[in-house]
Amino acid sequence: MSKHLKSKPLMFFSHIVFIALCLAIILPFLLLISSSVTSEEALVVHGYNFIPKQFSLEAYEYLWRHSSQLFRAYGITLLVTGVGTLTSLVITSMLAYPLSRYDLPGRRVFTFLIVFTMLFNGGLVPTYLIYVRLFGIKNTLWALIVPGLLMNGFHVMLTRTFFQKNIPPAVIESAQCDGATEFQIYRKIILPLSLPIMATIGLMTAIRYWNDWYNGMIYLNDPQLYSLQVMLNEMLMNIRFLSDTNLGGAAMGAVRIPGTSVRMAIAVVGALPIISIYPFFQKYFVQGITLGSVKE
Amino acid sequence: MIGAQAGSSQRMKRVKKYFPLFLMMVPGFIYLLINNYLPMFGLVIAFKDIDFTKGILASGWAGLKNFKYLFSTADAFIITRNTILYNITFITLDLIVAVFLAILLHEIMESYSSKVYQTVLLLPYMISTVIVGYLVYAFLNVRTGYVNTKLGPLFGFPKINWYMESQYWPFILPIVNLWKTIGFSVMIYFSAIIGLDRSCYEAAVIDGATKWQQIRHITLPLLKPVMILLLLLQTGRIFYSDFGMFYQVPMDSGMLYSTTNVIDTYVYRALLRLGDVGMASAAGFYQSIVGFLLVVTTNLIIRKISPEDALF
Repeated sequence: MSKHLKSKPLMFFSHIVFIALCLAIILPFLLLISSSVTSEEALVVHGYNFIPKQFSLEAYEYLWRHSSQLFRAYGITLLVTGVGTLTSLVITSMLAYPLSRYDLPGRRVFTFLIVFTMLFNGGLVPTYLIYVRLFGIKNTLWALIVPGLLMNGFHVMLTRTFFQKNIPPAVIESAQCDGATEFQIYRKIILPLSLPIMATIGLMTAIRYWNDWYNGMIYLNDPQLYSLQVMLNEMLMNIRFLSDTNLGGAAMGAVRIPGTSVRMAIAVVGALPIISIYPFFQKYFVQGITLGSVKE
Repeated sequence: MIGAQAGSSQRMKRVKKYFPLFLMMVPGFIYLLINNYLPMFGLVIAFKDIDFTKGILASGWAGLKNFKYLFSTADAFIITRNTILYNITFITLDLIVAVFLAILLHEIMESYSSKVYQTVLLLPYMISTVIVGYLVYAFLNVRTGYVNTKLGPLFGFPKINWYMESQYWPFILPIVNLWKTIGFSVMIYFSAIIGLDRSCYEAAVIDGATKWQQIRHITLPLLKPVMILLLLLQTGRIFYSDFGMFYQVPMDSGMLYSTTNVIDTYVYRALLRLGDVGMASAAGFYQSIVGFLLVVTTNLIIRKISPEDALF
């Protein structure tokens, strides 16, 4: 039946639109990759090109020779993403589970306290002053993990709703009758049953950590602590500075290192893991979008 | 539970029973206290004359002085105008393009190519705005950018110093924003279309409705609630903007501030570049309060039309 509902010309048109769209999305990435494998001279003379005018891996060789800082930044990104995501999952689920229990005293008040954080926030100035002045977070690794990213009310509410819909109260009651403590119930029953929501939220959180440069820009000025994105941000801001103050081609020789192709190479290295891993997790990601579809 | 114990011992029992559950919530609430509630109280900074040698609490009150300064500058108007106009543009473009694409995507029968399109479409949403900044730079860079060295000569327009001339950015930013976020909205509308009742279409086909008639008279009306909901939610956030879009993509170029400065970037620059806590906190307060009122108002409307989608 559903075959009759489709129309051939419309489908053809759809394919054309989507192919054009996919090109519009992929071509910029191609330009980035291609410029990272173009020799610096060709880049300066001919400009950016989709097909390298003069193929060269010098940017990547340069990165390899100066890899200690890059590896360090990579390590920090991995560490922050790992620790942050795990901690986030633990505290989010530990907050969501009691809230999902209809018998919890004060449930409405607690829920309101969480929802309110989604409606109102203090903004950058007080947040910055509290983290810096009160907690001394400046130039520590905490700055990349804690502010803004560790937990959010939206994820707590999604998890709570998942628990309410998918874990029958009878299961919890019978475990209680068998003498299980609340922590045992959380660990042995709730967590194993909540794999789908944990995967979805974990993925969203991990991507946020991986992509975050804002916390680094605000709270760090020690390059030793820079994560990949923070490093990229710093370099992007420097390029403009160089090209603004550049007096023309003559000065180019002086500022060759690290050249444009090197920066593009670092951007490629920074974007590649997400681009290559994400198709495998797309299912969970799409789930996250449509779950909260509307509630963001 | 039912025993004949005195009220107080019953309460003790209740507290004892739920104590582990309360304990579980402690880390989460401590985080919300630090990350959300303390900064809310910190909004009073806007009414203070901050002197860091004395500390925040001991600093004297400034009354409305910070706000008087803020609103006497041209910036207050520019950042409000930019924030709202960009958001309206983004929301409108996003709605039209996303609904259009979601309907087309649904027409594609082969599930394989449909999956591929979805994957590619969502790609820009996954990468950080820093990377987006690099991508845009590869196109717009004055000396070597693709637009100036290739497209310019091809279509015969002169080299443009994109990062110096502000008049182009009200067109560049909506395009970049659409490029980055469209996949997300398409997925929302696409999943809404999948969820629609097929029997309407079957009946329509039997009655000889054309494809266009089906879209016009079935799909669009059935999607209307989702569109309204999304519109309202986005309207509630109209006083906020994606910081990276307005900071990274124009590469923080001072020449572009008249068309790229929004409240979020203004607050950041006032606080961390200029160290002007008074100005920054006044602008931040203004954003928080107006933002809050808008969120609450839109949410009240949502509660009227679709209670299960309301936040509270």
